[in-house]
Amino acid sequence: MSFGFFNYWVFIILLMIGLYTVMSRSNLVKKMIGLSLFQISVFLFYISMGKISGGTAPIVVDGPLDTAAPIYSNPLPHVLILTAIVVGIATTALGLSLVVRIRESFGTIDEEEILEMKDGA
Amino acid sequence: MLLLIAGTMSVLFVRNLFVATMLLGIVSFTMALIFISLDAVDVAFTEAAVGAGISTVLYIGTLALVGSQEKDKPKFAAGPMVICLVVGAVLYYATYEMPRFGEPNNPVHTHVAPRYVNDSPTEIGVPNMVTSVLASYRGYDTFGETTVIFAAGIGVLLILRQRRRRKNEDDETDVPLDKGKTGQSGSLSGLGSQHDLVPHVIAKLLIPFIFVFALYVQYHGDYGPGGGFQEGEIFAAGIILYALVFSLDYARSVVSEKAILFLISAGVLLYGGVGIASMMLGGNFLDYNVLASDPVAGQHLGILLVELGVGITVTAAMLAIFYAFVGRADLIAAKAEQEEN
Repeated sequence: MSFGFFNYWVFIILLMIGLYTVMSRSNLVKKMIGLSLFQISVFLFYISMGKISGGTAPIVVDGPLDTAAPIYSNPLPHVLILTAIVVGIATTALGLSLVVRIRESFGTIDEEEILEMKDGA
Repeated sequence: MLLLIAGTMSVLFVRNLFVATMLLGIVSFTMALIFISLDAVDVAFTEAAVGAGISTVLYIGTLALVGSQEKDKPKFAAGPMVICLVVGAVLYYATYEMPRFGEPNNPVHTHVAPRYVNDSPTEIGVPNMVTSVLASYRGYDTFGETTVIFAAGIGVLLILRQRRRRKNEDDETDVPLDKGKTGQSGSLSGLGSQHDLVPHVIAKLLIPFIFVFALYVQYHGDYGPGGGFQEGEIFAAGIILYALVFSLDYARSVVSEKAILFLISAGVLLYGGVGIASMMLGGNFLDYNVLASDPVAGQHLGILLVELGVGITVTAAMLAIFYAFVGRADLIAAKAEQEEN
């Protein structure tokens, strides 16, 4: 029970930090960074699931091998995360561009200041 | 792993957003190393190119536009903390039901994965299983994801490229960018100073190799780690380096914005076109077996074309996003100059 879940625990801690950053910080760029952290932690979770102890990267090696058949780690999570990373950066860019626009319209990227502005007006 | 936790904690607590961005890059890089140790070389490749490269550039581009100092207000938010701890506790409890890390008999490894691992070398004939699963078995997913990137690129262009029309009306709400406050001058294209000899020479030496490496990654993706997504990032990074060291105008003269718009859609169309072509030849959508006389050769051709489409779209979308950010900074700088005069 000791070391078998270590990766999952790290994932949970990272996820909690990311979630806390998103919820507690009022700066919008900081929120985006928190979202990225959250994302990275989920990547770690998937890749950890795909690992097989003693396995190797899922690329077929030609030529005679000493061992019988190499064990390959599960390629499926790799594929899912590979595309998720690239999609993630694209959506992050979209979020950041919204932040830029908000800054131009309101003069601040602090959520609370924007809300105050709205109440005052 | 512990380095990772330390890195993320410091990202949370650091006040300066610039530092936070750099730390985020470090976290990404550490994560890439961990991915390698977990046998996910393709993913590590992507994470290093995206997380530590492109995303850092994007964050810095944003910070140049919005200012890098977080409001100084150290506070402890009790509500979010409680929610986080509860979520964490639930997940922690759930891990005890999880199968153990690294066991070959975990449910993940017994569903469709054995088929991919055992049959893809004979069915697809591509040594890199990640590539064959990505482009062939799960071709629909990848098509969808390429479309998402396409949509995001277009979205950023739409948000950032619209010009201000009501200039006089929103004078009261519009706070002009205070240069002292933002810390940096608004213009990013001025970064490429004519006098920085060392970066110029280094960049000139490096950029051809970056492009060659990107193409190698693209076409060698069947055999080693790599593929369209990674290629796109690396290629875009090469052009971004060019734009940063020289100037945006030079980069624009190499790859114009119109060309980028054309390329974004061309990549998606190429991907879709391969699917349509396979339908025309009597197969299913994205069924590459019919593309050539021999199914394996057909798979090869199909994967190559599809990866090319992905690569083109990713490159163009990343460049479009970068140009949009930098172009925005130029726009603001030009406007500020106008107001001063």
